[in-house]
Amino acid sequence: MTPAVEFSHVSRLFGTVRAVDDVSLTIPEGEFFAMLGPSGSGKTTCLRLISGFEMPTAGEIRIFGAPSGDVPPNQRQVNTVFQDYALFPHMSVRDNVAYGPMVKGVPKAKRHAQAEEMLALVHLDGFGDRKPAQLSGGQRQRVALARALVNEPRVLLLDEPLGALDLKLREAMQDELKSLQQRLGITFVFVTHDQGEALSMADRVAVFDQGRIIQVGSPSEIYERPATRFVADFVGSSNVLSPTEARALGGADRWASLRPEAIRLLLPHDPAARLSGRVTTVRYLGAGTRIGIEVEGRLARELAVLIPAGQPVPAPGTMVALGWADPALHPMEAAE
Amino acid sequence: MTDPAVPGSAPGSAPGSAPGAGLSERLTALFWRRPGLLVALLIMPPLLWLGVVYIGSLAALLWQSFYSIDEFSGAIVKEFTLKTYAELGLQQNIDIIVRTVLMAAAVTVASVILAFPIAFFAARYARGRWKAFFYLGIMLPLWSSYLVKVYAWKLILAKEGIVTWAANGIGAGPLLDGVLALPVIGGGSLSTSYIGTFLVFVYVWLPYMILPMQAALERVPTSMIEASADLGAGGLRTLRSVILPIAAPGIIAGSIFTFSLTLGDYIIPQIIGSSRYFIGQAVYSLQGTAGNVPLAAAFAVIPIVIMLVYLTIARRMGAFDAL
Repeated sequence: MTPAVEFSHVSRLFGTVRAVDDVSLTIPEGEFFAMLGPSGSGKTTCLRLISGFEMPTAGEIRIFGAPSGDVPPNQRQVNTVFQDYALFPHMSVRDNVAYGPMVKGVPKAKRHAQAEEMLALVHLDGFGDRKPAQLSGGQRQRVALARALVNEPRVLLLDEPLGALDLKLREAMQDELKSLQQRLGITFVFVTHDQGEALSMADRVAVFDQGRIIQVGSPSEIYERPATRFVADFVGSSNVLSPTEARALGGADRWASLRPEAIRLLLPHDPAARLSGRVTTVRYLGAGTRIGIEVEGRLARELAVLIPAGQPVPAPGTMVALGWADPALHPMEAAE
Repeated sequence: MTDPAVPGSAPGSAPGSAPGAGLSERLTALFWRRPGLLVALLIMPPLLWLGVVYIGSLAALLWQSFYSIDEFSGAIVKEFTLKTYAELGLQQNIDIIVRTVLMAAAVTVASVILAFPIAFFAARYARGRWKAFFYLGIMLPLWSSYLVKVYAWKLILAKEGIVTWAANGIGAGPLLDGVLALPVIGGGSLSTSYIGTFLVFVYVWLPYMILPMQAALERVPTSMIEASADLGAGGLRTLRSVILPIAAPGIIAGSIFTFSLTLGDYIIPQIIGSSRYFIGQAVYSLQGTAGNVPLAAAFAVIPIVIMLVYLTIARRMGAFDAL
């Protein structure tokens, strides 16, 4: 099957800055694909390369097999949900949603019916007569979604669409986006800097750093088997161990990741104890507590440990012993 | 409420209003408790200025237009009458009004057409040095004397002027003569025709169109232009359906300037153009040599009415929906 989007050795330079640096990637049709990375990592530029608002300096982008080099944005079969929603302030919600069909020359009655149908899909029935300024952030987000979907795009691009929403709304929209994608079967390409969002929604995640893709894989692969220090640290703030430190703990002579939640607190003389140290910081997170431990002995550094809710939390200054199951110490593929 | 025995400690006493504090502290505390008072004090002087000097004089003007003039003695009869407005309906006065309104409309349309590309470039493409150059280019002509510019144009457009000379030089002399031979708008030379008046009006008022237009175009977010393209719209469609409606308030603001400035001007048509009157000249001569202040006032009411009608239509058409 032809992939929905295909990058082969794509670069985009702004002056001398390599915003996108030799990126190759394949997104199959019907996939929920997340581009994850810190700001300035090139993920948004990649999205804009697909929508056609940026042109690659080198390399080629194919959309459903067709090279997109000469295709302007208004002729691509992709639609975008913009970060700031970009709703037209002078038009009603209905006219905003019907904008795409209007441009294509669909008669008024028909395009308004299409718009109402799309508004129902995003649970905004009856909001057609309002102006965007009369809607809440979450509702505007849904209008932006409806306005893109009414065009029946083969690929829907979403640029940090949930960034401006509060936590509760964001979680609700995550579920809704996911179920919408499954119902419609459209390819979603989703840009975010929120690792939780990427892991919970996407079928596959590409982790970006400094214009390059560092790792592509399913959320569990990314989380459990990070390829590099950067991925281990960025996705879930893991304890990243240098080759020397990993060897000292009985691991291979490579960079390694030890997830904070994989470490268990033990009594000081438990035979399973591998390290001991003193609690320095305690950060309550609700669903758990993240503590920092200054390790003594074989390893002199700070380790983060996540204690699940309901378990006792040691006070700062307390001496504790640490243990973990062997597979938890994950050696990373990359040498760096 | 405050217990004098324990100053500042009783519930309900503001910390800043402790007895013994200086006048400025007490004023600060007063303004902090009653923010409306400070706003009222600050807004009062400009509001009075606006009310008395602007609205008041306008009302006085309106009032004058309901007086009339005694045809024999030339004295003003201070009695309410619509006689002056009936006089305004005479054919020669209607001609003046129509002439002025048509000129103002033509100047405004030409200014919109000329200003848009400049404002669009300045708002969406010019950066840094180019932007400074743009502002300087627009503002510089505004710094020099209006009269000097108008007289300079008289020389430029005169029969012996550089335009005629250049037209003859490139062999376009007959074309210029052809244009000047056109009925109504033509004349002996550019400087004595409506075309000349029109050119100078456009030149003088153009910055007042460009500046608000540029400010309005700058307010159109790039993401909205991209969203329009993303939804399949070409450049012209985006211009018509997204950029112009969002920038409309600025374009209307600019057109208010060019339109009303042209409606009221009495110097340009006096120096450049045919000797036929515009509203401004009519007002000038009526209140001066003729001493017919009521009719001058009635003439002056015309631009106000026209602007009100214009703004009402613009509003009905949704020009302010994006505000």
